[in-house]
Amino acid sequence: MNTICEVYQSLSILERMLVFLVLAPFVGGLLAGIDRKLSARLQGRYGPPLRQPFFDVLKLLQKERIVVNKFQNFNILLLFVFTIFSGALFFAGADLLLTIFSLALAGTFFILAGFSVGSPYSHLGAEREVIQMVSYEPMVILMAIGMYQVTGSFKVADLVQFQKPLILYLPGIFAGFLYILTIKFRKSPFDLSMSHHAHQEIVRGITTEFSGPALAVIEVTHWYENVLLLGMVYLFFAFNPWIALGVSLVTFLFEIFIDMNYARFKWQLTFASSWLFTAVAGISNIIVLNFMK
Amino acid sequence: MGWFKRSPWVLHYNATSCNGCDTEVIVSLTPLYDLERFGIINTGNPKHADILLATGSVNDKSVQVLKTLYEQMPNPKVIVAVGLCAISGCVFQDCYNVLGGVDKVLPVDVYVPGCAARPESIIDGVIKACDILEEKYAQRKKTYARTQP
Repeated sequence: MNTICEVYQSLSILERMLVFLVLAPFVGGLLAGIDRKLSARLQGRYGPPLRQPFFDVLKLLQKERIVVNKFQNFNILLLFVFTIFSGALFFAGADLLLTIFSLALAGTFFILAGFSVGSPYSHLGAEREVIQMVSYEPMVILMAIGMYQVTGSFKVADLVQFQKPLILYLPGIFAGFLYILTIKFRKSPFDLSMSHHAHQEIVRGITTEFSGPALAVIEVTHWYENVLLLGMVYLFFAFNPWIALGVSLVTFLFEIFIDMNYARFKWQLTFASSWLFTAVAGISNIIVLNFMK
Repeated sequence: MGWFKRSPWVLHYNATSCNGCDTEVIVSLTPLYDLERFGIINTGNPKHADILLATGSVNDKSVQVLKTLYEQMPNPKVIVAVGLCAISGCVFQDCYNVLGGVDKVLPVDVYVPGCAARPESIIDGVIKACDILEEKYAQRKKTYARTQP
């Protein structure tokens, strides 16, 4: 493991970006496959094969392209570009703040894509996505601030090199980040705008008017985003790569478990609970950290 | 090669059925039969769907919806008529408002008989529809290659 880390650190920034761009879809797709299989098993079903998400994307690429507004696919393309840009920055060891802002910009383009078409379902999904974004964004920023307080740097490369375990300084922030991770992974109880498991309901929302290749791009973007988010979980345990990788995987499994056990919240509860959790866990952690120094 | 066989997404529409066949369609999603192990997903959105599962005898009211749903599905697409009503209108075929079968209005590819159709036969029909999807995709590709210089 240590040799892998050393090899990775010896790569130049561009090479690291390339590694992320090539490997992330495979890891993300595999994680999505594990998600579907495990969800099915938890529901007492046999479930699709592990490679099912790849089959879905390959099939969607072969479908006919239907466009109702010529800007809709442009927005989806920007969503894709900015998501992989932020992922590439993160895995190249660049600034954590820039990564977060770029990810927020990608989310904004997803909302614009939802609003650019005529369907009321899509509009409802986009409105819910706005609420979700407002709910999770403070905690993501607090995560970066907390890490800066401990290490004195926003650079991901420095955060990974930090020898002491970040989790001991930032337990509240980690708990808050876990809470909003459920929103980012689009899992129940917070899968209001674009659920993965419900296909019948209004919650398919934002993707209503996207079919074929555009839907495939949305799916692949989601894989990239998942890998990036698990990378952020990794940072909390970066003092030991094995523990960090294990915790990242366990976090993903934990989110699936939460997904299976909760009914969907209303948007009011989603918003209020995530801000409350951010205030209690995140801000209090930062205040305590401030007095400790 | 097409990937439709591995991930056919199904749209289900009740065109004035008695709800018997519809219940059986939903039953095939339950843990006992679990359609998802073939990668089949029951979507509620015609723009995501590959296969249209239509049940019922189709009357003057539902025919418009059925046609709209079909038109909104991206190519290649396949229609499966589930149950005797969707095939011929069954006992309702002489009613004044009934058209008598899905194939009176749309090109049906697979017929699944039964009143109500059994979940096993519905799954069989969908798997058969996957082969037709592959054929249609190959055909589309061929005509597309011919029209493009």
